[in-house]
Amino acid sequence: MGVELQGYDFPVGVVEDGYLSDSEAFASVINVINGVRMAPSLVPQSNKEQYDYLVTVVNPGKRIGQDDEALMATALKALSRAVFRLDAVYHGSLLNNIFMSSIWDYGLDARNALLELITTLATVPDKFLDNCLYTLLHNLRPPSRLKAPFNQSKRWLMRKEEVRREVYLALNCINTLVPLAPARLKILIEKCMPRFTEDKYVLMTYVEGILGLERNEIGKFLGSTVLARVVDLLIDLDVNIPWEDILQEEPNKGIFAIELGECNEDDEYTTIPNMDTLGLVKNTFADKLDGLMVVACEHLKSCSESGHLLEVFERLSEIFQRAMLKLHKSKFTQFLMFYACSLDPDTCGLKFAIMLTDIFISKDEDPDSRMKAIAYLASYLARAKFIPSSLVASILKRLVDWCFEYCQLQDSWVNKISPQADRVFYSGCQAVMYILCFRLRSICDVPQLKQLLFHLPVDSILHHPVLDPLKVCLPLIVQEFLRQAQTARLFKKPMAHSYDNSLESEFSKAFGGIQRLDMFFPFDPYLLKESDRFMRPNFEFWDMVKTTYSDYDSSEGEDSEGEDELKDLGPSNFPKDNDDEDDLDLKIDKMSITPNPSFLHQIATNFDQSSQMPARIRPSQSPPSPRHGFLYTKKEERLDDQKI
Amino acid sequence: MEGLKVAEADLVVYVHPSKSNQVRRAVLRQLSSLLFTHDEIFDGVVLAYEVNIPSKRAKVISGLIPYIGVKIKANLLLFSPKPSMLIGGKVVKLGKESIHVVVLGFSSAAIMLEDIREEFKYKIKHGEGVFASSSHKRHVIKAGSMIRFQVKSFDEEILHISGSLLPSNTGCIQWLSKHGTEDGSYADSSLKTSDIQREMQEEGTLNTTTGDKSPNKTQKHKSKKRTRGDR
Repeated sequence: MGVELQGYDFPVGVVEDGYLSDSEAFASVINVINGVRMAPSLVPQSNKEQYDYLVTVVNPGKRIGQDDEALMATALKALSRAVFRLDAVYHGSLLNNIFMSSIWDYGLDARNALLELITTLATVPDKFLDNCLYTLLHNLRPPSRLKAPFNQSKRWLMRKEEVRREVYLALNCINTLVPLAPARLKILIEKCMPRFTEDKYVLMTYVEGILGLERNEIGKFLGSTVLARVVDLLIDLDVNIPWEDILQEEPNKGIFAIELGECNEDDEYTTIPNMDTLGLVKNTFADKLDGLMVVACEHLKSCSESGHLLEVFERLSEIFQRAMLKLHKSKFTQFLMFYACSLDPDTCGLKFAIMLTDIFISKDEDPDSRMKAIAYLASYLARAKFIPSSLVASILKRLVDWCFEYCQLQDSWVNKISPQADRVFYSGCQAVMYILCFRLRSICDVPQLKQLLFHLPVDSILHHPVLDPLKVCLPLIVQEFLRQAQTARLFKKPMAHSYDNSLESEFSKAFGGIQRLDMFFPFDPYLLKESDRFMRPNFEFWDMVKTTYSDYDSSEGEDSEGEDELKDLGPSNFPKDNDDEDDLDLKIDKMSITPNPSFLHQIATNFDQSSQMPARIRPSQSPPSPRHGFLYTKKEERLDDQKI
Repeated sequence: MEGLKVAEADLVVYVHPSKSNQVRRAVLRQLSSLLFTHDEIFDGVVLAYEVNIPSKRAKVISGLIPYIGVKIKANLLLFSPKPSMLIGGKVVKLGKESIHVVVLGFSSAAIMLEDIREEFKYKIKHGEGVFASSSHKRHVIKAGSMIRFQVKSFDEEILHISGSLLPSNTGCIQWLSKHGTEDGSYADSSLKTSDIQREMQEEGTLNTTTGDKSPNKTQKHKSKKRTRGDR
């Protein structure tokens, strides 16, 4: 090796102790560079050979030994001093080689020298800035030869962290030297985003790197570019997962089908199939999306821990409105918003719900967007465990008020249902019913909210003679809603409604339109395996929902007969599910006070003392069931006391 | 510092009809897109603007998209360094071959070794590299110091200035203000007031000769410009 080098006059073995002084290295590099600074045909052969040698030293492109690395580091340091003498044309191949380096392969010294060079190159006016930024962004990808089994090894993970840190540092240095560099960086980020067809590991590493850049100082200059591009990538993958890959047991799947599969309650409605095999066929796009969702959720989590969640959430909302709301039926990407809201329910969760409500109610939006917004809202309020019932109730109030106004504006002489024309109204009604299917019980559990709900004109909307939403909306939802509403006695008059077990009706198809927005439930259970752990704790499965009839005995008829005389839907007319042992610890104000005079009198006197009195007292019509023997026994004792 | 000027401009901004309920916002947004870019008509980099919309009436142009042409009056702060002007900036990096400076926080400048006069030598003092003057002991340029240099050339696309420290009135501003030099530097207590006024007038005439300005208003110029509106 020494013999060859001496011939090229490149000072490796020149100095005796084997080390090379900076000035000598610099001098020789300058010589080499100047030697080719002329038209290619005029360059003497020796100069050209030296130059080519320098080119190979600077970026060997493969794993090299320590000596070679030291040589490379020296050459790079010398070049850093000489940047202003570099010319884009004459030194094209040298520069190309520098810009194509992947710093993952080299040790610390070489990496530092390379980054120093790139940072200095960036300051040369208008020549190399874009290239330098591109090289740095490119280094956020792993080297192409890194294959699957090795990329999880500890060494590579450490190397990945080091490289990433150094790239961020280099970008920050460039930012100090050239303050307008972030503008160019923004443009480059948009261009350099990998395509969704690339390898999963490359995608994950790059996205992780770029999201880390956003968390960095330089991130505040980049605005929402990074997040927007990442979401675009997620959407690209999402829309490429075909719907057929989501397995379905039966084509006519019930919306309220059992989703978990583990709690197999005996259900007398046999039409609802058991859906525990709902899953996703192994699909590369789904796999990649899964990995990227993990990366994105981790990013949101670390933003939340460092206190920046709100700004990130604002950007994400904007992106959501722009990109996802216009998208037809994205499958899993919207869960990113779900997760972000779950990290800070009071602020972010609230803002998201209000944003969707505003879009629905606003007159400026087009009908399709409004329908999509209400579909998102309904699914979100139904499925998000972290949303308090009070928020649900206040949003329901807004929705119902809007629907009510809409009804008022109807012309009385129109007597035909036209689902297409009134589609926004029908989607609103369906949303209200869907939310109530999930949340009616929890709203009724809180007396103020129950009072609020019961004072809403839900009845007049759903039974509007002309518009008749109960006929138009999806029959399954209508059926479930009516069942719960009857148990909760939401409506004054009980209704007979034919239990139509079909999934959809003619009318619902009509109002849903081509996109079938009548069947759009964006936050249906999440199917991607790895990222599921982020969503699961906050997600409400249908099985877990406490419905108003859930602890009800089998006989249905008892309900409707018993309460006909109840005119006053005053405080807490709680559904009388007497068989439930859980309800024994309900508070005193849940007692139902029936108008039966004799009963009332006696109860009233015992009120103050009876804090231990069980909450449920059935009205006197039906004979007490044997289980409640002890209730009556206690009361009789008290009465006996009174008499005494 | 030379190179900064305020200009009054009569502009017409074309606003897209979808923004007609928030015209002022659209106008501001359109003007914001001009910031930190060099504009030939204004002959400078727009740094700041102040907008006044005098009238509530605007003309709607006929065409495929009926843009609304809003007439505005704007005061623009422009930065246009010309060769041989003296500019001040902060040193961010010192190398053996070059000094990197940032001017007004956004424009990067570089001064090559060949443009640094002989008296400055690169030394390592207290562990960091500095350029120290061999003739004046206290005249030192290091990272973080404010220096004045002369403009050699200005790259309009990337807003990069090539500078030179050859003239004798260039160097560290702090030192220069204390010691003064033969010509050109102000804020020096040893100079008499009349001298300062004379220098100011010189600066003024220097400004009028560059660019196309009317003789009476040395600091301002009017220009009409049509800007494509916000979409």
